[in-house]
Amino acid sequence: MLALQVRDLVKTYPNGVQALRGLDLDVPQGEFFALLGPNGAGKTTLIGIITSLVNKTAGEVRVFGHDLGREAAAARACVGVVPQEININYWDSVQNIVTTQAGFYGMTPRRARSRAETCLRRLQLWDRRRDSGRSLSGGMKRRLMIARALVHEPRLLILDEPTAGVDIEIRRSMWDLLRELNEAGTTIILTTHYLEEAECLCRHVAIIDHGRIVERDAMARVLRKLHAETFVLNLREVVTAAPALPGYDVRHLDDHQLEVEVTKDQDLNGVFAALSAAGLHVISMRNKANRLEELFMRLTAREGATRAVEEA
Amino acid sequence: MSLRTQVVALHTLVRKEYTRVFRIWVQTLVPPAVTTALYFLIFGNVIGRRIGPMDGFDYAQFIAPGLIMMQVITNAYGNVVSSFFSAKMQRHLEELLVAPMATWTIVLGYTVGGVLRGLGVATAVTAVALVFTRLHITHVLVTFSVIVLTAFVFSLGGLINAILATNFDDVSIVPAFVLTPLSYLGGVFYSIDLLPEFARRLSLANPILYMVNAFRYGMLGVSDVGIGTAYAIILGFAAVLFATCMLLIHRGTGIRT
Repeated sequence: MLALQVRDLVKTYPNGVQALRGLDLDVPQGEFFALLGPNGAGKTTLIGIITSLVNKTAGEVRVFGHDLGREAAAARACVGVVPQEININYWDSVQNIVTTQAGFYGMTPRRARSRAETCLRRLQLWDRRRDSGRSLSGGMKRRLMIARALVHEPRLLILDEPTAGVDIEIRRSMWDLLRELNEAGTTIILTTHYLEEAECLCRHVAIIDHGRIVERDAMARVLRKLHAETFVLNLREVVTAAPALPGYDVRHLDDHQLEVEVTKDQDLNGVFAALSAAGLHVISMRNKANRLEELFMRLTAREGATRAVEEA
Repeated sequence: MSLRTQVVALHTLVRKEYTRVFRIWVQTLVPPAVTTALYFLIFGNVIGRRIGPMDGFDYAQFIAPGLIMMQVITNAYGNVVSSFFSAKMQRHLEELLVAPMATWTIVLGYTVGGVLRGLGVATAVTAVALVFTRLHITHVLVTFSVIVLTAFVFSLGGLINAILATNFDDVSIVPAFVLTPLSYLGGVFYSIDLLPEFARRLSLANPILYMVNAFRYGMLGVSDVGIGTAYAIILGFAAVLFATCMLLIHRGTGIRT
């Protein structure tokens, strides 16, 4: 069964900006799905439509088979959302924020209190339950929004950059929580700017650019599509310019660093051999960026070039 | 969602609203009581003694129902405007919009909150009025139904204002330039029979006149307008404003992009 089915989705804002241009997307039940794209690509608009915060211009959205237009209540009951921007009531207490949300989903006060306690404990906020929303740190506010999104036990959890501004320790504990939820059967859609996060957590990925999906595949297959990786080499000797290494794209970074691009049909031994022949010794090296980031940049750049040709 | 779950959601929203009203009672319940005390001190005692009886009642008694109603109108309207608009600005209105709540649940939740604040203020203001004058209720059902319906009408008005408002100026314009003038000219301080014919006829176009007089009829048993006409006007406004709120929220006007 599909947790989410999006067909030919179009959103044109009143100012004429076309955020979504006939977007299609299927997310199977139980999936841990990454939705990536540059700022302004249409990710937040898509999430806004799925969660009923944005009116669509055309197209169809189904959540677990419920049409968002005709069965809005049934569709919304399946979804929990953690928005990109903080949207809690600053004057209300942490516990009230979560129990009230449970009530909005039709949970009786007793059940709401019990679920709120479970979620707040899980997100390590139970000790702060009597504090007002405004007194929490940025990371705590994000965890509160996750607790609020989980309180009605959604089948589909959508997280729009949930770990932005969160320290590494809390981020790792959030990852563990999300993995647990996914293993328990919750379908998760995640947008993030930390591509390492997507690579680490998600099994499938869709890359959205200018309101369309430009890539959608299993994370492992997407990563295999990379043609090249970029390495930064630290040299013992001083270099003032990039040496000529036949077949390799080499860039000079500073007196002791070079950047080399190695394609699938090449190998690093060739780089080392060529550098040795030039009298240069590599003392250490590292990947310049994570692989998904490279793919992401290439795909969105390729789309931009295609569009420029079409427009010309 | 079933009717039962909608009722739970409605109860949650209403509880959230009245909790807010009573949590900040110094801001919501005390100022109307203080303002009314000043009205009674100045208009009821100092000036009222020189004015003499009106419609067979001493002046302080005559203005008491109007003063109560004026505070109910202002506070029911203000409650919904401030609550809904601040939820919209802080974006926690999204908690409601993402939930499977029916449009009527959202409309009723906010307006019942406004009505409860109106009734809370009415109780506080009546207590103040009793310090300055004697009050009795002639028609209990009329008194209670008119005050609830009037608070409901202005809560709906406040909701429409908050839905359409895009900045803080938009939520202060209607109370300052529409509600206050209409309240002062709505027969709170005088009987319209004292006015010249043209002004009297003009006053009949003011809906607040009917609400104030229907409430005065309930308390004192006197009114400048027919009680049936007053009910028809109040119920008509309630129906039209409720339908407008339903339409605006269903379409997502001002709340969904």
